[in-house]
Amino acid sequence: MSLAVIDNPFTYPDLSRVPAVDEVGINERVARFQSRSIKTDSKMAALRLVLSMIDLTTLEGQDTPGKVRQLCQKAIHLHDAMPGLPHVAAVCVYPNMVAVAKEALAGHDINIASVATAFPSGMSSREIKLEDTRMAVAAGANEIDMVISRGAFLAGDYRYVFDEIVAVKDACGDAHLKVILETGELGTLDRVRRASVLAMHAGADFIKTSTGKIQPAATMQVTLVMLQAIRDYYRATGRMVGMKPAGGISTAKLAIHYLVMLRETLGNAWMTPEWFRFGASSLANDVLMQIMKQTTGRYQSADYFSKD
Amino acid sequence: MAANERIAVAKTYKIYIDGKFPRTESGRYFPLKDKRGKVLANVCRSSRKDFRNAVVAARKAQGAWAGASAYLRGQILYRIAEMLEGRSAQFVDELVLQGTTRARARREVETAIDRLIYYAGWSDKYQQVFSSVNPVASSHFNFSVLEPTGVVAIIAPDDSGLIGLVSNVAPAIVGGNTCVVLASETSPLSAVSFAEVLHASDVPAGVVNILTGFRSELVGQFASHMDVNAVAFAGLDRKVAGTVQSQAAENLKRVIARAGVDWMKSDAESPYFIRDTQEVKTTWHPIGT
Amino acid sequence: MATPENKLAFDGGWEYDPAPESTDHVSLKKRYGLFIGGEFTAPQSGRYFDTINPATEEALARVADAGEADVDRAVRAARKAYSERWSRMRPKERGKYIYRIARILQERAREFAAIESLDGGKPIRESRDVDIPLAAAHFFYYAGWADKLDYAFPGRRARPLGVAGQVIPWNFPLLMAAWKIAPALACGNTVVLKPAETTPLTALKLAEVIADADLPPGVVNIVTGAGKTGAAIVEHKGVNKIAFTGSTQVGRLIMRALAGTPKKYTLELGGKAANIIFADAAIDQAVEGIVNGIFFNQGHVCCAGSRLLVQESVADEVIEKLKDRMQTLIVGDPLDKNTDIGAINSRMQLDKIASYLKVGEQEGGAMFQTACRLPKKGYWCPPTIFTGVAQSNRVVQEEIFGPVLAIQTFRDFDEALAKANNTPYGLSGGVWTDKGAKIFRMTSGIRAGVIWANTFNKFDPTAPFGGYKESGVGREGGLHGLDAYVDLGAR
Repeated sequence: MSLAVIDNPFTYPDLSRVPAVDEVGINERVARFQSRSIKTDSKMAALRLVLSMIDLTTLEGQDTPGKVRQLCQKAIHLHDAMPGLPHVAAVCVYPNMVAVAKEALAGHDINIASVATAFPSGMSSREIKLEDTRMAVAAGANEIDMVISRGAFLAGDYRYVFDEIVAVKDACGDAHLKVILETGELGTLDRVRRASVLAMHAGADFIKTSTGKIQPAATMQVTLVMLQAIRDYYRATGRMVGMKPAGGISTAKLAIHYLVMLRETLGNAWMTPEWFRFGASSLANDVLMQIMKQTTGRYQSADYFSKD
Repeated sequence: MAANERIAVAKTYKIYIDGKFPRTESGRYFPLKDKRGKVLANVCRSSRKDFRNAVVAARKAQGAWAGASAYLRGQILYRIAEMLEGRSAQFVDELVLQGTTRARARREVETAIDRLIYYAGWSDKYQQVFSSVNPVASSHFNFSVLEPTGVVAIIAPDDSGLIGLVSNVAPAIVGGNTCVVLASETSPLSAVSFAEVLHASDVPAGVVNILTGFRSELVGQFASHMDVNAVAFAGLDRKVAGTVQSQAAENLKRVIARAGVDWMKSDAESPYFIRDTQEVKTTWHPIGT
Repeated sequence: MATPENKLAFDGGWEYDPAPESTDHVSLKKRYGLFIGGEFTAPQSGRYFDTINPATEEALARVADAGEADVDRAVRAARKAYSERWSRMRPKERGKYIYRIARILQERAREFAAIESLDGGKPIRESRDVDIPLAAAHFFYYAGWADKLDYAFPGRRARPLGVAGQVIPWNFPLLMAAWKIAPALACGNTVVLKPAETTPLTALKLAEVIADADLPPGVVNIVTGAGKTGAAIVEHKGVNKIAFTGSTQVGRLIMRALAGTPKKYTLELGGKAANIIFADAAIDQAVEGIVNGIFFNQGHVCCAGSRLLVQESVADEVIEKLKDRMQTLIVGDPLDKNTDIGAINSRMQLDKIASYLKVGEQEGGAMFQTACRLPKKGYWCPPTIFTGVAQSNRVVQEEIFGPVLAIQTFRDFDEALAKANNTPYGLSGGVWTDKGAKIFRMTSGIRAGVIWANTFNKFDPTAPFGGYKESGVGREGGLHGLDAYVDLGAR
């Protein structure tokens, strides 16, 4: 592989060139990230960065306009008792809630992400998925979180998956496209790596681990494999792709481990909300509690932080 | 001389290198005499160059011999025993000629045959006895197996012409080593005849090389050659044994000193003799998807 | 934000603040005597020397320099303990003593880890996660063998050898002490052990543990000193067995010194292992394996993967990824929990490494080092790789024992195997490929005692370790490690 830009970023990839992944080796590398000890100023900086990278998420059948409005309030006012905190990167909702979110966030620099493409299973026709996407964009979403067709992928129909992502990307217009691999359904890290390559070549702006509806959701292991795929794609094409682990990251400590992994895999350029997001609902409060603890020296109680 | 008397044809005793029977390159010999001083044979007095050539042959043969299946190595050792059985009368006579009583000679040949059978049987078993699967704490499959040390230089015991030789050669070669042997100085004839047995037994060229000659001249060569992996000896006095170890240190040869072994006895055979010229190799591999 | 030439940027930006391991719980005496017959005694030699913290160049403690008379006292104490107590004790009880050592080590693991890093310069992460837990595990493993030796040697009755003289190196001070002492005791031998002169402290702390475990006096004796003390142990007539870990050069001297004596010996010596990366390997994990293979413990590892053989078609990719990965290695304070590469063990070793760096450049190799900020005091060497070197270069042939990797390429399987085996050493090797059949052909082809396939530098008490060829004689660890400490009778 040469250092120069050699590959066209948007062609169907040669999947035979995707390197193998060894699970035990990945586990060992992850353990090394977890053994980093982040203290004092670097911890505070990390906590603030984590807050700014959160896609504050509600994706429930029971979501109501009221719930979404509350979420948006939280996005704007994370903890007003502590001035000077960053706000989250985006709120993430279902397509039919985008309009509510847009109204609630009016005038604020917070992105609106909508899941689309028959989220979470993706088990629908191409036409419905595209329409789902167009509808969310039309309602004001500037980020679309799509799901890949895992069934087609597992059946070996990589071309179908690729073409579908290309079509959705097209339907997004100017909206950023995050492609959810649903790694918990892919089974092996080799497949995660393959799906990452496929998604990036098809035009993904971000690749994302999970819907949050399938266990396991995000793990450091799958995230590392995806980060390595992003790195190799960048080396080969010069195009940066973002990363979003989603689901299961609920503590500040774990989020900081992810930042360590990000820094030591992709370097500084990715250490911004532009290129890295956490898909999470309860992470923000744990981070806030940690910031408070760092500031006051006292361990905190959840009672003092608004749920949403 | 009676008119119908036949003149016996005397045998020329040569050395055995790389599956061939050359004379020593040095052209030297030493007369082997019986108790009454009668010359039994002119025996090759091998030189260090003969030894060097033998090591080259042994090294060349080692990879393929180690790579042969255990089953095949076992069959070949069994074949050696068969051939020895067929020629046992000759070996008995030769031992008697070299001063052994007929009864003891017969026992020695029988024991040598049985020892070969014994080690033939170990060929595909010692690995199972001495290998291990190691239950490491991490997510790895880990096992240790034996592999042949390589080229073994053997200084055969002086006090027996055949059984000492066979008892030291068989465990080395059944384990995939090749060897260069210095035969008993006082009873070298059996060693040369044993080479002829080997030659007729499908043993690949170079696996066993047998030299005759003077210990005082060759022990140092056996101990110091940099392409020899192990040196095994029996019945060297302590000072000479010390010199061997000292010279072997130059390339960290394995030194196998077999002292006080009665080669005729049953405790002179065991898989531990095989293990002496084996290395333990431990292999790790992750367990994952 | 894309950087020139699609390169990744690892410097600047968010960095980790110092996270030093606390040393409150460490108790060190100002001066240590010799542990002989169950107690610390002043050396008859009257001499002491300083043991230095290689990260600060400050003295940590004064340590006795045992002379011949001191070694003689230690051997006598060991002999007495052997004949009167240890060899007569029921094996079950022997085992229980060894279990005690394991347990106390586990309890005091943090203290031992901190001392190991202070005295030897290795990162606390490694002493904490590797050295100390493995040392305890070794005692735990061999404790269990004490009453089961009849099952280890089919057809033979294992008897102890007597007094074992053990001389260990400075790269894994406590772990090597455990590797030596645990099997010796389990088999019923008593011990005189000499730690390396630059890293004696954890062995002396182990003496405290042994005393706390109430082992009969003299079962384990620990004498400190340099080469002369080691020679006195090797040459002592009352010693039945010598176990040595260190350089091939010294191993050879020991083998010669023992010639003509009935002493048994095991030697764990040098290495120059090939780490072979095939194009079909899991490349990212292979890069991690290269890093672990050569930068673990500052490269002060006899089985280090100090020669990288990478298939030509992926060589550029692997080297670029390796360089990226090297940028994230943190060199510095061994006590900082984030340190990846600590201090070089001694001034002498640093000078030796530095001389090899010069040689490598003179031979025409291209040297790459990461631009890390090194502390002003102490002994440091940034992670270093040489590309463009050939089999005939000294940096390819000779053991450097530092964080220095020599990189060569190969075209096919046979070339890789031939290069891997083209060395007088044979301690370890590595192979990285996704193809199972190729793994087995390579792992059986490499002439070395430990082969890591798709991993590197893994150790376990159950796994035998030791070298082929000039890398040593005998095995340590596992069932096979017992062999070094028993007499099996007639052979």
